[in-house]
Amino acid sequence: MSHHPSTYNPGTAFERWLDKRLPILRLGYDSFVDYPTPKNLNYWWTFGGILAVCLVIQIITGVVLAMHYTPHVDHAFASVEHIMRDVNYGWLMRYVHANGASMFFLAVYIHMLRGLYYGSYKEPREMPWILGVVIFLLMMATAFMGYVLPWGQMSFWGATVITNILGAIPVLGDPIKTLLWGGPAVDNPTLNRFFALHYLLPFAIFGVVALHIWAFHVPGNNNPSGVEIKDVKKDTVPFHPYYTVKDGFAIAVFLTVMALFVFFNPNGLGHPDNYIEANPLSTPASIVPEWYFLPFYAILRAVTFDIGPISSKLGGVIAMFGSILVLFVLPWLDTSKVRSMRYRPVARWWFFLFVISCIALGWLGGKPAEGAYVMFSQIFTAYYFGFFLIIIPLLGLLETPKPLPKSIAESVLKKKSNPPGALDPQAAPAE
Amino acid sequence: MTNPLNKLIVSTFAALAAVACSVVGGALAAGGAVEHPKHLHWHFDGPFGEFDKEAVQRGYQVYSTVCASCHSMDLLAFRNLGQKGGPLYLEECPAGFPSNLDCSNPNDNPIVKAIAAQFQVEDGPDDSGDMFMRPALPADRFVGPYANEQQARVANNGAMPPDLSLIVKARHGGANYIYSLLTGYAEAPETVTIAPGQYYNPYFHGDMATNMKEGTLDEEGHPLEGIKIPVGGVLAMAPPLSDGMIEYASADVPQTVDQYARDVTEFLAWAAEPKMEARKSLGRMTVIYLLILSGIVYWSYREIWSDQH
Repeated sequence: MSHHPSTYNPGTAFERWLDKRLPILRLGYDSFVDYPTPKNLNYWWTFGGILAVCLVIQIITGVVLAMHYTPHVDHAFASVEHIMRDVNYGWLMRYVHANGASMFFLAVYIHMLRGLYYGSYKEPREMPWILGVVIFLLMMATAFMGYVLPWGQMSFWGATVITNILGAIPVLGDPIKTLLWGGPAVDNPTLNRFFALHYLLPFAIFGVVALHIWAFHVPGNNNPSGVEIKDVKKDTVPFHPYYTVKDGFAIAVFLTVMALFVFFNPNGLGHPDNYIEANPLSTPASIVPEWYFLPFYAILRAVTFDIGPISSKLGGVIAMFGSILVLFVLPWLDTSKVRSMRYRPVARWWFFLFVISCIALGWLGGKPAEGAYVMFSQIFTAYYFGFFLIIIPLLGLLETPKPLPKSIAESVLKKKSNPPGALDPQAAPAE
Repeated sequence: MTNPLNKLIVSTFAALAAVACSVVGGALAAGGAVEHPKHLHWHFDGPFGEFDKEAVQRGYQVYSTVCASCHSMDLLAFRNLGQKGGPLYLEECPAGFPSNLDCSNPNDNPIVKAIAAQFQVEDGPDDSGDMFMRPALPADRFVGPYANEQQARVANNGAMPPDLSLIVKARHGGANYIYSLLTGYAEAPETVTIAPGQYYNPYFHGDMATNMKEGTLDEEGHPLEGIKIPVGGVLAMAPPLSDGMIEYASADVPQTVDQYARDVTEFLAWAAEPKMEARKSLGRMTVIYLLILSGIVYWSYREIWSDQH
């Protein structure tokens, strides 16, 4: 609600001095203190704050790691082990950074599915959604290049497989490959540029995150009812302390889960082969990406057939990139005016089937590309695209939504008069 | 659920589930070409697990007398043995050493110094520009058995003995796998031929289909009726351990293949993750801290929101 008049009141002489020259404290106050926020946001809405914390953790641990890491094919693997063995708390920095990447993706997937379920991408919030997809793409690029840096077997072969796939793109494929490799194969120049970009992109993410927050602060937060704020007094609470404390609680719980991985199973989400130094002469038995890329890996490998002039390899690349690019146009594919799937009795089932498809694709991405696994990857890939390109456009025309509450305040009161959870399995326990 | 669209969803679900059950069952049956590692209870398992220092010490003895003749451990330095959490760490010096000596410093640890001094390392150049050999210091890395990969391969029938620094973290199954491999050598089944210098082990990842004797496979390479392709694989490492081959200082510890394998695995687990104990103890405090923090923030949350509920 940027139209909400500023309530900042500079209390000290310094604040008054600063406010006339650079009203940055006013911006912070109006955006994160007295910012009118729908009072019915549930725990699914805490993942935005969690993601901000993830980004900061990754940048801090990453900068420290970069001080001790050597981006050279002869020294990278040993320098990572030097961090693990000889640098004070180096093991902590590295395990937080490696598991932090996994937690980052876990949180971003939940955040995206929340946006999908509650229609946060719909008019007038297309920009936050589009910027979110940009952040997601940047995250994927950053994570992919980061995984190459330890120069283990999976680093090297993952980089080889994925960069080779880009070679399937007509005309531009080979130049792109050469540009990424810096030579005729994945080698020292590749490692050097991946390190440079891995250090650069998080700051680009930081910038787009600022735009993302700006963009959803213009129309204001969406909320689980999907109806807009009618009366700031009745429908909203100030962001601080109401949501700082709620986000704070969720962040503390999230960090606890992360700590369990970091301290008690730090390699559980990794692959043992990456503790073997990269060897271009020895291909591992199976090359699998990190878990958070597995659904897209499954989509890539699901295209096993040529489509006219398009080879299966190129078809896989198109499908893989298409699976993310389709998100950009989602706001215009959706024909339903109703935002929240709470009031869309049919759409929500198709949504749950979509979630199951994504999980299934993730599982299939870790399996060898043979026999039934391929067939199932194809079925779920078809559903993935069918959901966005057919089901979502059609449902808006065919489905009869439930009546919407008149206001956020009414939806909160109505829920309280009903037994908890009777209407909505998504309801947060503490609302 | 009277909506026709919902009916469509339900039937889609049901069809997918049915096909999934039948096909995944078949896919699983086709896999599993290796014996599952034995499951042992390790001293270092779990959030409170620590290394059994005596087992790590004995394991170092097994490594240095047996494994080290073929396997390097490039990431380890002698000083690691004497650092906090290491097998030869000393809190204070044994009797007979000067009182101002700090033996908790691995560089002054007399046991570590003595072990290092058994090895020769190249140093230099000296004042006249020549390289020279000198006894190793605690700061030097473990001295490998071969000068380079080619030398290692020619001595091992073409196979390269892997560096053992990270071996426990670099294999599926970790410590259980290493123990199983060391104790799991078996007589090769009659249906396969094993080349000289090769050894059959059901826990080793390999493809035994390539070792099947003539007359056991059909033209397409599938086994004939009644014949199974054995699990496991062949490797160039002969069974490295035998009962009684290493004499332990303590007579109470059995001198068996099983015990040697347990001890050397404990040592290799320490070598792969020497900061594990520090990690777990910091982790216990961190998790307790975060749980208390979560509780306090949750209570604050209830308190702050109480006027809204």
